[in-house]
Amino acid sequence: MFGYEFYVDPSRCIGCQACIKACEECETHRGVSMINFDYLDRPNSIASAAFVCFHCDDPTCAEVCPADAIKIGEDGVVQSALKPRCIACSNCVLACPFGIPKLVPEYEQMMKCDMCYDRTSAGKRPMCATVCPSQALAYVRPEEIARTRREKPVNDFRFGQQTVRTKVFMMAPAGLEEIVIDVVDYMWEGVSHGA
Amino acid sequence: MAKPPVDLQQLTAEFGPHPQRVPPGGWQEESRNPAERLVKTHCCFCGQQCGIQLKVRGNSVIGFEPWEEFPFNEGKLCPKGVKRYLQSNHPDRLLDPLIRTSSGFRKAGWEEALDLTVRRLQEIQAKYGKDSVAVFGGASLITEKAYLMGKFARVALGTRHIDYNGRLCMVSAGVAYKLAFNVDRSPIPWSDIAQADVVFCIGANVGECAPITTDYIWRARDHGARLIVADPRFTPISRNADLYLPLRPGTDLVLLMGMLHVVLRDGLEDRDFIAAHTTGFDDVAESVKSYDLRSVAERTGVPPEAIERAARWFAQGPRSVALHARGLEHQSKGVENVLALINLTLATGKIGREGCGCAMITGQGNGQGGREHGQKCDQLPGARSIHDPVAREHVARVWGIQPEDLPQAGYSAQEIMNAIHDGEIKGLLSICFNPSVSLPQAEYTKEALNQLEFFGVIDFFLSETARHADVVLAGSLQEEEEGVTCSTEGRVLHIRKAVDPPANAWGDSRIICELARRLGKERYFPFQSTREIFDELREASRGGIADYYGITYERIDREMGVFWPCPSEDHPGTPRLMEGGVSMFPDGKCRFQVTEWRESGDPVAEDFPLYFTTGRVVSQYLSGTQTRRIGGLVDMYPEPRVEIHPRLAERHGIGEGDWVTITSRRADLTLRAMIVKTIRPDTVFVPYHWADEQSANKLTHRTLDPRSKIPEFKVSACRIRKAEQVPEWAITPDGGPR
Repeated sequence: MFGYEFYVDPSRCIGCQACIKACEECETHRGVSMINFDYLDRPNSIASAAFVCFHCDDPTCAEVCPADAIKIGEDGVVQSALKPRCIACSNCVLACPFGIPKLVPEYEQMMKCDMCYDRTSAGKRPMCATVCPSQALAYVRPEEIARTRREKPVNDFRFGQQTVRTKVFMMAPAGLEEIVIDVVDYMWEGVSHGA
Repeated sequence: MAKPPVDLQQLTAEFGPHPQRVPPGGWQEESRNPAERLVKTHCCFCGQQCGIQLKVRGNSVIGFEPWEEFPFNEGKLCPKGVKRYLQSNHPDRLLDPLIRTSSGFRKAGWEEALDLTVRRLQEIQAKYGKDSVAVFGGASLITEKAYLMGKFARVALGTRHIDYNGRLCMVSAGVAYKLAFNVDRSPIPWSDIAQADVVFCIGANVGECAPITTDYIWRARDHGARLIVADPRFTPISRNADLYLPLRPGTDLVLLMGMLHVVLRDGLEDRDFIAAHTTGFDDVAESVKSYDLRSVAERTGVPPEAIERAARWFAQGPRSVALHARGLEHQSKGVENVLALINLTLATGKIGREGCGCAMITGQGNGQGGREHGQKCDQLPGARSIHDPVAREHVARVWGIQPEDLPQAGYSAQEIMNAIHDGEIKGLLSICFNPSVSLPQAEYTKEALNQLEFFGVIDFFLSETARHADVVLAGSLQEEEEGVTCSTEGRVLHIRKAVDPPANAWGDSRIICELARRLGKERYFPFQSTREIFDELREASRGGIADYYGITYERIDREMGVFWPCPSEDHPGTPRLMEGGVSMFPDGKCRFQVTEWRESGDPVAEDFPLYFTTGRVVSQYLSGTQTRRIGGLVDMYPEPRVEIHPRLAERHGIGEGDWVTITSRRADLTLRAMIVKTIRPDTVFVPYHWADEQSANKLTHRTLDPRSKIPEFKVSACRIRKAEQVPEWAITPDGGPR
């Protein structure tokens, strides 16, 4: 849909999983959900988060695919692996910095969120963002997001040395320009290798 | 004796619940075919009544499509809404009437089943009197059917005992709002929530029980509103609460009176509003004088600063909305609790203008409409009191009977079950109600049902309750008859018929009219369609509080719903009640009501030191008759678990997933533990949607609020221990645990 963008805001998620149930209903992968959903730490928190594919400008999944099976549509949507090409090697599953692609064993194929191209190409919003009761997943015009939300949309992500720009936006606290995830920040380097 | 004819396993094997996971014809086959029709209607699975389009091919509902133009939910749906289409074409669906035999249930023709039902009801009434037969209705029925049930009980059977499962839902709020405002409806449309500067949710698990309301609260937060959540559990919306009040179960009244104490102590009340629009303020002010912060904090378990802050935020708004649901209402002082919240709202002048008000969140599908037109034991159509001679005369005239032939008020739902248990009521006709699962003290309910001399059930699946039936009349799903419902906002909606009842199942309204005809009352039930019932209902409601006279199916379609009261076809309807603070009483005043503390009917004590409380999960609806048959929902939360705080679990040596036995003064229940820090350490929680050995209501008690007659589901006393062994029901046929 022209002029609409996809926004993910886990802080709005209530864990209802309507997105998962609705994703199963989609025409292109009926009965299989492409939503990535998790409770972050259920024993200690109610916090939950639902994600779709972020649809990178230069998708790592496609770069590492030895069979050249992962294509990007004109609309910037990164597709599931092409069935005739996919060798189910899981390179993409391991390489994606967001952990999105799934190997579906019964189809021997990598499948992932295609942002409901069957719907968006017909002027409908993606199924998950349409039904999401809390609009943690939202498919709306950028001016609408700017007008209604306090949080700021961000689509530059830095994973260590790799910077990724995505089609899908993440809502971040106002003032944050990019989302930095650096494993080094969490590492303890006080002991040498082999110790 | 209405005992189940054969054992549970045999009945379950034949009638389910079997979880249906794939659409009719499978994911890849028949259901891929395009829909022949998209039917704009509403979800059947809660009082939000979200707009949805059902995909129909032939006589099958094969899927859904969001209905983005419908203003309340704009296409949004919770998982129940997404999967609701799977209840159609279900393998457990009753396709013929059933008659109980010694070896189970046999299929019967309609003539035989209807004749037997009427003959037995007549025999019992001839022998024991008219009131020896009771009728149970349900708040998931369209309003036409709810109206028909009230008329059927009073005119066709001539019994005064008709009540419904909304008795377990909206009655505490209803009584309180009538006392304060003379109207039983949310005073606000939901758009007011999004306009508020402060949203106060008490006893309302919005994220799981009314998921779409979340978006209204988040939109309020988007423009800077503060969210206050009071609940013994840290529910999903609490994640964004600016203030969380973890109150002890059953102490809501103390908290609310304490908040009003702070408001008055700090001079934050709205003196002008109180003077212009209310009565009874001084007595209420006097009643909260002793509710000082320290004692309130001790009794509720909420820090004094938090109580103080909540009171100040709510009073200072400037625009504040208070939302409440069953947490506040499912108590033996449910009415007092709601009144205390209304007192706080009135004292701070937070009603009758945009972004302000207090509102009940209705739980059942037609929880609002189902209670307005005559299936409550004390109410006639138009939300009229059955005690009011003028109301009786009006309704008797519309029905074509003499006012003196209209029975007086009967028993409420739990009182009917008690009277069955005591042998006073001998016969029961029930529709859309599964008391085996939903009434408190489940074993007592089963004993009562077993004693019935005749039990007739109208239903589309064989519920746990219907297992006791002598005759089961195969009825219809919501999508199989046209009619209206009323949503939590007070918006009357059009339920469009998507398909016909399958095979030999009948529309419920046809079944009721046929029963009436066989009872010799055909002239009072000449209806050929639900539209004709609605037209009579409009007339019957005319001039009442819940006035539907100006509402037609066509208007609802044009205007995307019409808010009652709507007394004439050129009346615009009434989204916000009490505009400017004017109540529905003749004098226009809102009434402060003094509230008084009472102990729970099942108090915590040394041998039962913990609170036991119940509620819903997002994937299930009420007694689960429908949602335990939908695989995608069953898989989300397959069996009830007991939520326990790690501090309590540690004390009893309980680990995640261990079997735990909960003991109340009535029974034991053994379930697996879910150890979470999102519940008070003195409280355990179990969702109530399951039956028999998984039923939370084994443990609950039958204490009722004296005015609303709602059972006290939210407060029981219990103790827990790690179970010695895996319960029998959880062992698979090969002997291993499930």
